[in-house]
Amino acid sequence: MKAKVYVSLKSGVLDPQGKAIQHSVELLGYSGISDVRQGKYFEIALDGSVDNSEARQSVDKIAREVLSNPIIEDYRVEIDG
Amino acid sequence: MKFGVIVFPGSNCDHDAYHVISKHVGQPVDFIWHRDTDLSSYDAVIIPGGFSYGDYLRAGALARFSPVMNSVKKFADKGGFVLGICNGFQILCEAGLLPGALIRNRDLHFICEHVCVRTETSDSPFTNELTRGSVLRMPIAHAEGNYVCDDATLEELHKEDRVVFRYCDPDGSVTQEANPNGARDNIAGICSRGRNVLGLMPHPERACEDLLGSSDGRDIFRSLAATLAAAVV
Repeated sequence: MKAKVYVSLKSGVLDPQGKAIQHSVELLGYSGISDVRQGKYFEIALDGSVDNSEARQSVDKIAREVLSNPIIEDYRVEIDG
Repeated sequence: MKFGVIVFPGSNCDHDAYHVISKHVGQPVDFIWHRDTDLSSYDAVIIPGGFSYGDYLRAGALARFSPVMNSVKKFADKGGFVLGICNGFQILCEAGLLPGALIRNRDLHFICEHVCVRTETSDSPFTNELTRGSVLRMPIAHAEGNYVCDDATLEELHKEDRVVFRYCDPDGSVTQEANPNGARDNIAGICSRGRNVLGLMPHPERACEDLLGSSDGRDIFRSLAATLAAAVV
């Protein structure tokens, strides 16, 4: 079983890295891009000793307490398998 | 009066802080390894600058889980004095000892330069030897010093007189031009509700000798020493 966690900056929080990436992409000639936001992606391998809902519960806690800072970031958890 | 300087893997201003306490404050000081948990013999604890845990995940995020940080929380809850400098400020925010967060500088650069900050309150254990409005010149050295918080927190900080330092020009005017990193409301340092925990981005420990370009940082350590001397009596 694998958990995937996506962490992204809350809307309204400045993302200068995203802006720099957007600028570079535009320099390559791509147009029509209105915004780029950079985030983080985590894969957490689970050993199968817990069921799907327990896994979701604990990964949700890990995402909230460690992987994200709730003041500036949101997160989303997906459980595969 | 005894000081402790906490050392995480990746701290790199620990020796500067130790030097200032022993040489300029003239008081006993120990290094405290991040796995230690006994702070009972200390009156003040400094969380120094650096790159704890390589700034992995977020600046200060992993240091929060070091064993010593539970002890720092208890120490602060009991009124112990905690000074977080640069990475130390980031750690205090991540640990929830101070509100808000420090994100990537507005212009992405790692900024290493002397800046001016205005003392916004003398009602703190770290600024009671300073007058409100006095300008200190100290170096900053960070990539994540852009202070953010929500509107309610900002209002609370101002209402409770907890904004301790704001970036300003050499004359003491708080302007956008004087804001090096985009910090909300030019905030460079804040204190806890109990006023015994201070976090700031500038490095007072690197501004204690004229040879280093400024000795303004000594006023902060002088204030803390005066507070402790009064408390011990």
